[in-house]
Amino acid sequence: MYETVKPKEVKTWFKAAEVSKFPKNGGACIKYKDKQIAVFNFTREGTWYACQNACPHKMEMVLSRGMIGEENLVPKVACPMHKKTFSLKTGENLNGELEAIATYPVKVEGDVVYVGFSE
Amino acid sequence: MKTVIVVGNGMVGYKFCEKFVAKTDREAFKLIVFGEEPREAYDRVHLSAFFENGDAKRLSLAPREWYEENGIELLTNERVTDIHRNSKTITTLSEKTLAYDYLILATGSAPFVPPVQGVDKDGVFVYRTIEDLEHTLAYAEQIKKTTRSPKAAILGGGLLGLEAAKAVKDMGMEPHVVEFAPKLMPRQLDARSSKVLQVKLESMGINIHLSKATNQILGNGKITGMEFGEDDVLDVDMLVISAGIRPRDELGKSCGLKMGTRGGVVVDNTMRTSDPYIFAIGEVALYNQMIYGLVAPGYEMANVAVGQIIGDVETHMAADIDMSTKLKLIGVDVASFGIPFMPPEKGHSIIFENKTESLYKRINVSHDGQKLLGGILIGDATDYNMLLQMYLNEMPLPKNPEDLILGSRGGEDVSFGSAMDLPDTAVVCSCEAVTKGQICCSVKDDGNETVKAITKATKATTGCGGCKPMVEDLVRETLKSLGKVVKTSICEHFAYSRQELYDIVKLKGIQNFDELLDNHGTGHGCEVCKPLGASIFASIYNETANRQETIQDSNDRYLANIQRNGTYSVVPRVAAGEITPKQLMDIGRIAQKYDLYTKITGGQRIDMFGAKLHELPLIWEELIAEGFETGQAYGKSLRTVKSCVGSAWCRYGMDESVSFAIEIEDRYKGIRSPHKLKGGVSGCIRECAEARGKDFGFIAVEGGWNVYICGNGGANPKHAVLLAEKVDKETAMIYIDRFLMFYIQTAPPLTRTAAWLDKLGGGITYVQDVVINDSLGIADELDRGMQVLVDSYQCEWKEAVENPEIRARYTHFVNSEEEDETVEFVSLREQKMPTPWV
Ligand code: SRM
Ligand SMILES: Cc1cc2nc3c(=O)[nH]c(=O)nc-3n(C[C@H](O)[C@H](O)[C@H](O)COP(=O)(O)OP(=O)(O)OC[C@H]3O[C@@H](n4cnc5c(N)ncnc54)[C@H](O)[C@@H]3O)c2cc1C
Ligand code: SF4
Ligand code: FES
Repeated sequence: MYETVKPKEVKTWFKAAEVSKFPKNGGACIKYKDKQIAVFNFTREGTWYACQNACPHKMEMVLSRGMIGEENLVPKVACPMHKKTFSLKTGENLNGELEAIATYPVKVEGDVVYVGFSE
Repeated sequence: MKTVIVVGNGMVGYKFCEKFVAKTDREAFKLIVFGEEPREAYDRVHLSAFFENGDAKRLSLAPREWYEENGIELLTNERVTDIHRNSKTITTLSEKTLAYDYLILATGSAPFVPPVQGVDKDGVFVYRTIEDLEHTLAYAEQIKKTTRSPKAAILGGGLLGLEAAKAVKDMGMEPHVVEFAPKLMPRQLDARSSKVLQVKLESMGINIHLSKATNQILGNGKITGMEFGEDDVLDVDMLVISAGIRPRDELGKSCGLKMGTRGGVVVDNTMRTSDPYIFAIGEVALYNQMIYGLVAPGYEMANVAVGQIIGDVETHMAADIDMSTKLKLIGVDVASFGIPFMPPEKGHSIIFENKTESLYKRINVSHDGQKLLGGILIGDATDYNMLLQMYLNEMPLPKNPEDLILGSRGGEDVSFGSAMDLPDTAVVCSCEAVTKGQICCSVKDDGNETVKAITKATKATTGCGGCKPMVEDLVRETLKSLGKVVKTSICEHFAYSRQELYDIVKLKGIQNFDELLDNHGTGHGCEVCKPLGASIFASIYNETANRQETIQDSNDRYLANIQRNGTYSVVPRVAAGEITPKQLMDIGRIAQKYDLYTKITGGQRIDMFGAKLHELPLIWEELIAEGFETGQAYGKSLRTVKSCVGSAWCRYGMDESVSFAIEIEDRYKGIRSPHKLKGGVSGCIRECAEARGKDFGFIAVEGGWNVYICGNGGANPKHAVLLAEKVDKETAMIYIDRFLMFYIQTAPPLTRTAAWLDKLGGGITYVQDVVINDSLGIADELDRGMQVLVDSYQCEWKEAVENPEIRARYTHFVNSEEEDETVEFVSLREQKMPTPWV
């Protein structure tokens, strides 16, 4: 149900929430139709990322509560359950063999955050 | 170009390839490898790890690409069926025929399955390959679905059998070890040590049956039990056979190589078989009339065979092969080295046994007291590496050899025990044959200044991993001898230890994590350095986890422990476990209102589980209104000070333990530290509060309080050690103030006090010097540091519910009021629990 959307595949820019709803250098969860999407405000890099909220390890809806950081310049999120880490760029599981998580494009216009979907 | 064919792609066959490509150029030789198993060679020694992670890739010794890159032709799933020595060719099961110049037999061994009636029944397994494990696991899963408390037997109480028993236990089955001999690990242990081990294993839930000869396996088609004597039956649902190994020598036999009377292909000290073009290495080779069932001798054999083939004819196999072993994974230390049981005419033994702690240590010393000949360690094998080295290198013994196992009892530190005292030729990593000299040179000359770098350069620690502590010591000590500070950098973002960062934050007055990272680190931080930073800021400024919430570990960020289904637990502080009926009712009422699962914790308080994120502030608001405050069950901070009822009620009590425990819990609550802290106060030496299992503890005795520190329950239990005797309450508290501050400032991240003390040079004597005698002149500073923390305490949940900005964090979606509909519960004994994970 969660599939990576590349920037050029975006059909809908969904208006997620105001910038202020997302903690600096942290994440929060948004709801889009029946999907839960984790959106991260990587203030130190000045970038935003989005990915599925479900951790592929145990399928719990928790990734938005994970801590973000970086490893060899790859931005990542650590799941709060068992600290599996995932690249926020490619979705790849960096410290294990779990399947990659789906990632989504994010853009900010004015003080509003938009997440891109292909449907 | 010559062709070398390797039959068998197991651990030793792989090692042959690795050493071969390192020493030859590609033009001169062609290397072809046949492996019968479907996968490329993997780490059989750590096979049991497969149970934990089910990850076969992680065991792989080298990926397929490695073989390609090195010009090795690897054919897996392909068994060699015949060797034709006259034409120097082999054929395979798929009828390939290939010619060789040299042939290497590395076919290993197979588990020995005793010819007992019924071993062919379903549910009987061996323990050698990943496929064996997959089959065992699948069967166990099936059994668990249909049987209430399934049992599994392990036939064989040797090294491997015990490892298999642990694995079976981890699969959720009740393990039963069945051994023919009257003791466990009959080849490595004497009767007494074997008994100590047995008692310990039994206490861990592993059942042991000794002196049992299995007559037959019972069951109709699938195993239901094992029969020993006529009326002696053990009901089991599964059996894993681990009764020894038999070399896979069938190829050698059929082509007429010289064989041992009980199997194995005979080799000389060049690893040549009776045919000079055929070598045998690893567990198929019979050398000195022995099959060596360990990787280290196999690796050495691979090295010798490579040397012989490339014309390095001086490389020979040593005559004596060390068979020392340390049992891994089972959860209790077991090691045996040299001659474990020794006849009195050869020397004398020094034996220390403490049954209540499951400890047994034996060393065998030559009659003249000069040499260590062997020994056995059960329960605590920390000194194994050092003792093994003393034995292997025939190093001189201390004046009182018993110091080696008892430690010096004269108050001074024992003089033995530094890895630096070893001769340069001492083989530290026996799997990869890396010497102390090589490691130290690599540090000094090649600038490999971390264990990671040494591992990369020398391959030390990559085998069984048993030498890792010693390699760590060597790296550290060599750096010290060069006058360099040992870099224990915490992660890629900071080239500092925790203690150094603590000092930086304090001296420079750094206020937040970004400032710390910008000025003293690189990159953007990670899940290691962020919580560590949070802990330091908390220890210095006593700021709550609410201020820099995104650098907190995820539990601290939401001031609650996350549970299986993403809900949280709520634990109010109940200092010393003392609670009024009114408070009980308040908790009951609130838990009922929010439909929470309640349980009394092991820390003498009440945990309420299953709160959804948005409910947390609502629940806490109600608890705070009734006078409760946060119990910080989520933080690396003070948890509980456990107490017994003490002299207020108990007829034996020497003092009021509850009052003291409340006072202490109130004093230290909220303090954040490198790891969590627990305390205990007992009213007399009967010790009902288990104070000696805590990071700090007090026991009332005639004339005052005994003060203990650095105890631990958890994964590696340790009894606390005595810091001071018969002191009054005020003095006791001053000592603990200083001890805690000293620990908070100097411990590495996530290190409990027991582990910290273990690594602290000088041990408890040193702590006593600092805390009681003020040998470093920092007592005042420590006292002040603690007072600041005590005075600035605030309940962070109160802060969170009263501050709208913080409170706003407690919502599942930021763009919707809806709840997370994926959260599910099922019922459990009139309460509820998360739907179990599949
Ligand atoms: C609830 C409780 C079990 C229970 O039902 O009784 C518990 C539950 C947890 N323990 Fe514990 N421990 C509980 C008492 C203990 C005890 C007993 C004691 O304190 O007397 C111990 C052994 C004593 C000790 O620590 O020395 C204990 C040793 C651990 C350890 C191992 C620590 C170690 O040094 O090896 C961990 C893991 C860790 O901290 O890294 C752990 C971690 C955990 C965590 C936090 C695991 C996690 O991250 O989710 C559990 C979550 C609790 C929650 O959601 O609220 N818990 N835990 C107990 C809560 C006590 C309390 O009131 O706060
Ligand atoms: C669970 C377990 C735990 C262990 N723990 C330890 C430990 O802690 N310390 C220690 O030192 N040792 C340990 N060992 C022993 C160690 O794994 C062996 O000593 C080592 O694997 C031997 O290597 P080998 O290459 O000789 O044999 P193997 O690793 O068995 O490799 C032989 C390979 O040859 C293949 N083969 C056989 N015949 C043919 C043929 N005709 N054609 C093609 N291929 C063939 C086999 O399928 C196999 O893959 C343990 C073993 C097990 C099973
Ligand atoms: S022992 Fe502690 S950490 Fe382990 S399951 Fe029980 S509560 Fe959780
Ligand atoms: S659920 Fe995410 S790491 Fe286990």
